[in-house]
Amino acid sequence: MEIGAYSFGDSQRNADGSLRSTTEAVQNLFAAIKHADAAGLDYFGVGEHHTTTMPASSPGAMIAAAAAATTRIKLGSAASIIGTDDPVRIFQQFATADVISGGGRVEITAGRGSSVETFPLFGHSLEEYDDLYAQKLDLLMTINNSETENVTWSGTVRPALDNLAVVPRPASGKLPIWLATGGNASSSARAGQLGLPVSYGIIGGAPHRFAPLAELYRRSGAAAGHVPESLKVSVGALGFVAPTKKEALERFYPGWHNLNVEMGRLRGWPAPDKRAYLAQADAPGAYYVGSPDEVAERIVHLHGYLGHMRHFLQMDIGGIPQEQLLESITLLATEVKPRVERLLAAK
Amino acid sequence: MDIGAQEHVATRGTIGILGAGRVGTAIARLAVAAGYRVKIATSKPAADNALIIEIVTPGAEAVDAPEAADSDLVVVAVPLHKYKGVGADMLAGKVVIDAMNYWSVTDGDIADFEADDRSSSEVVAAHLSASRVVKSFNHIGYHEMEPDSAPTGTADRRALALAGDDTDAKEQVAAFIDALGFDVVDAGDLAAGRNYEPGTEVFNGRFNAGELSTKLRGSLVSA
Repeated sequence: MEIGAYSFGDSQRNADGSLRSTTEAVQNLFAAIKHADAAGLDYFGVGEHHTTTMPASSPGAMIAAAAAATTRIKLGSAASIIGTDDPVRIFQQFATADVISGGGRVEITAGRGSSVETFPLFGHSLEEYDDLYAQKLDLLMTINNSETENVTWSGTVRPALDNLAVVPRPASGKLPIWLATGGNASSSARAGQLGLPVSYGIIGGAPHRFAPLAELYRRSGAAAGHVPESLKVSVGALGFVAPTKKEALERFYPGWHNLNVEMGRLRGWPAPDKRAYLAQADAPGAYYVGSPDEVAERIVHLHGYLGHMRHFLQMDIGGIPQEQLLESITLLATEVKPRVERLLAAK
Repeated sequence: MDIGAQEHVATRGTIGILGAGRVGTAIARLAVAAGYRVKIATSKPAADNALIIEIVTPGAEAVDAPEAADSDLVVVAVPLHKYKGVGADMLAGKVVIDAMNYWSVTDGDIADFEADDRSSSEVVAAHLSASRVVKSFNHIGYHEMEPDSAPTGTADRRALALAGDDTDAKEQVAAFIDALGFDVVDAGDLAAGRNYEPGTEVFNGRFNAGELSTKLRGSLVSA
């Protein structure tokens, strides 16, 4: 089981609650990835969001920089909003990063995005939402699966490629391309049919309720003729690790509160309720907040339902202080990961 | 146990669900558990959905849209921007539950729903002009439906509002909601459904019947 983290590069806050700079946020994110690599974490996922509170807008650039500054950790997008980007450019950036990484450490996770902020930013129409996503995923896979540099593809949402070179090729031949989904059944079926590994973003409710989706994914994949080894499941979720559950709850709460206040302002929600926070932070809730023992046990519990091969946590929401994030990353790598391995081996 | 289930089928009737997303499948699972015969359709042929339905909503049947529409009650739970793809002819005369929401901050602006002050269900009802449209299941998250459902008479049972212009249709939908595990509060005519649309206190909260009645009355007074 791989253990990892992901981040949207959340900006820090001043004491009065106002946002600090996006420059600092990017510096912190880069430092956190290097720290995670040194601590022994298996995976780090980056962005994509385009807001002043979450400025990790450019996973490709961050991952290329991180690829040069790390030695072991796998680096991926979490997720790349492919519908409103150019798959040729995404592939080129990640293939370049893969070469810089030494090969085999860079992945793309393709997603729809949980909000629609990229549509006005990049000038796309929401009415084409489904077509943009389906066709650009197809193009990304066509490039990745190409046996040569030259690629031929045609569709309606982007000019055709007629035997054009898309370079460089990744050092390892192909990049892992994951499909991100928040739990829509047809997305799991699609990932299985395409034979792509699937990444579940679980941000509310009981994670073990995703078990039928993982089964749907694996059976759809088998029905399409894909071998079981190619059908992998990963889980991204909110969480935080501290020496004790009490400390973890206290450290994670202010950021959770900040995030929900801001989302509430955008979406018309009321002030966040600490009882809802505490309920989600206990089994079987969605948040993996606790001591290393508790978080490890909950990851292993979910593994009994999903059989996932990677579990990664978003820890730095709402301006959680950088030193607390780094400690949580350290505990995840040095305390949670060995416990997960021990518990799984004992099963 | 099978015999009991068959008795339920005989007494409960058939529910058609258009849309196999997170809302449609959650309602489907509750309806199957309550003993209804459940038929689910999407814009794709039934065969394309068979595996999804078998695994995600066991006990329900994957059918083509006209067959789902030919049910005692029909739940429409498609992405709202595709509402005009739901065939009005096949739903003529039917009691239709509109479980959809217009939530522009997450889904983007949709011109039809920005044009005037009508509630989203009034816009949907204008398209389904020969159907008896009832707005419900809009102010509960799909992931809350199963954990929050409870048998009739449970203390502090969660309540769902409904709104519509057809009294008989509302009674049928109320019985369905109760069977699925929730108390029911009548919010008024279809236009009154705006009182539990996104941005309202009801949309954001979790209430029993007494609390929900008070919140909805409050909206009426201040409206």
